[in-house]
Amino acid sequence: MSFDINKIRDEFPILKRKVNGYPFVYLDNAATSQKPKAVIDSIVNYYSNYNSNIHRGIHTVSQEATDAYENARHIIQTHFNIKHSHEIIFTSGTTHSINLVANGFENLLNHEDEILISGLEHHSNIVPWQMMCQKNKAQIKVIPMNENGELNLSIFEKLLSNKTKLVFVTHISNALGTINPIKEIIQKAHEIGAVVLVDGAQACSHFKTDLQELNADFYTTSAHKLCGPTGIGMLYGKEEWLKKMPPYQGGGEMIANVTFEKTTYAELPHKFEAGTPNIVGAIGFGEAINYLNKIGFDNIKNHESNLLKYATKKLKMIPNIKIYGDYIDKTSVISFNIGEIHSYDIGAILDKFGIAVRTGQHCAQPIMDYFKISGTVRVSFSFYNTIEEIDYLHKSLLRAVSMLS
Amino acid sequence: MTIKEIQNEIVEEFSLFEDWKQRYEYIIELGKSIELINPNYKTDSNLIKGCQSKLWLHAELSREKIIYTADSEGIITKGIAAILIRAFSNQAPLDIINSDVKFIDEIGLKEHLSPTRANGLISMIRQLKYYALAFSKNE
Repeated sequence: MSFDINKIRDEFPILKRKVNGYPFVYLDNAATSQKPKAVIDSIVNYYSNYNSNIHRGIHTVSQEATDAYENARHIIQTHFNIKHSHEIIFTSGTTHSINLVANGFENLLNHEDEILISGLEHHSNIVPWQMMCQKNKAQIKVIPMNENGELNLSIFEKLLSNKTKLVFVTHISNALGTINPIKEIIQKAHEIGAVVLVDGAQACSHFKTDLQELNADFYTTSAHKLCGPTGIGMLYGKEEWLKKMPPYQGGGEMIANVTFEKTTYAELPHKFEAGTPNIVGAIGFGEAINYLNKIGFDNIKNHESNLLKYATKKLKMIPNIKIYGDYIDKTSVISFNIGEIHSYDIGAILDKFGIAVRTGQHCAQPIMDYFKISGTVRVSFSFYNTIEEIDYLHKSLLRAVSMLS
Repeated sequence: MTIKEIQNEIVEEFSLFEDWKQRYEYIIELGKSIELINPNYKTDSNLIKGCQSKLWLHAELSREKIIYTADSEGIITKGIAAILIRAFSNQAPLDIINSDVKFIDEIGLKEHLSPTRANGLISMIRQLKYYALAFSKNE
């Protein structure tokens, strides 16, 4: 499929609206993506035509809903080249997935064990492990980052020991967009027998990942970052680990047999999908992956990298701008400050010009502490953004600076 | 002047502006001219919660009137704090308790007082009133 930006923008109803009297320029894609008509329609279609509870029903519509839900799992399996479909657990998103794994490892680790977490982590990647470590007394060690926002791999190797049981690393940093060398990290961790969980929330909208090739033990993502609905995500786990972990929540669907004495848990993936799942979410998730594949990840990567290059060049022309993590191997994210102006002020003025950006710490206080700043302005581009929007951002930033200085 | 009279005066000033840019430029000017808090009072306990740009507020009673001072890292937040201080500072605690902030809406800054907005101004108003309540009980 050729890449026709106008045609693509036509497929996103929200991009036609105005904000504060100006055309809406959405540059907060790292927070969440906008939804194409195909995804919106799949949600409306589900509720209009085959809404039903799944798996247990014997009636036709229940079977249709079950097929659509399981088909979504199949789409995800194909997309990520996952060996078994039952290695995919539908969760409410990345945070839920990480909690599920942390909970699963609570009894598998003890006070002699260590887990390594990258210094680039989002809050939601840190807290579940702190909670786990309060219970099993395992130790958390942090892999530090350098001034380019890259992980320090030589320190990582020094931290790895026979005590290391788990390594948690984000595929891409939320605040800076840095792409981590996770393949190397996984390899090194596996050499000493540690398990690796990768947070792919920021990665999956930008490129396709082959999970068998990557060889991570766990990988997670949220659908809403890749044109899908909110409240749905997936946890991939290697079968052997998912079998070892106890269920996370009790309820229907995760049970094979219940008596008052003993419950036998259902097979994977249902063991981890207690209760009525987010059926429509899963269907929308599958539709979003189909949509992105139709656009083509090569096209997406190509367009986003052009936007990033153009925007970086353009923003660097602004006097006193400081771009953080200005590093070659990153996704289409630019985190910056201008002179002494507070990021919130810039964000507030850009909003008045119809431009949506994110300001503040981006749930990544450790990174902000590293740079000794209270926050940044973060612009993040998607394949539906345009060069013209970047020109408008540049112009609006100059106006904001002149107003605020 | 009463709080209401000051608020009306502010509304009148803002009515001269033709668009949001002029309004914001004025707020930024006000932010630069705010009577700054004594640096000794820029403590964590005077920090207003819920604000992306740090915002400090101090209050003291002088001749039965409350004198508020504030500071913020962000100039827009500082400007709006300046407007609030102009409206409420140097007034009697009971008058502050019984006043409202509808004028903020009238000067086109309603969005800044949305509870979900990460600027802490709602918390600032609450804090202004808490001080008034505390001082009124001490009288």
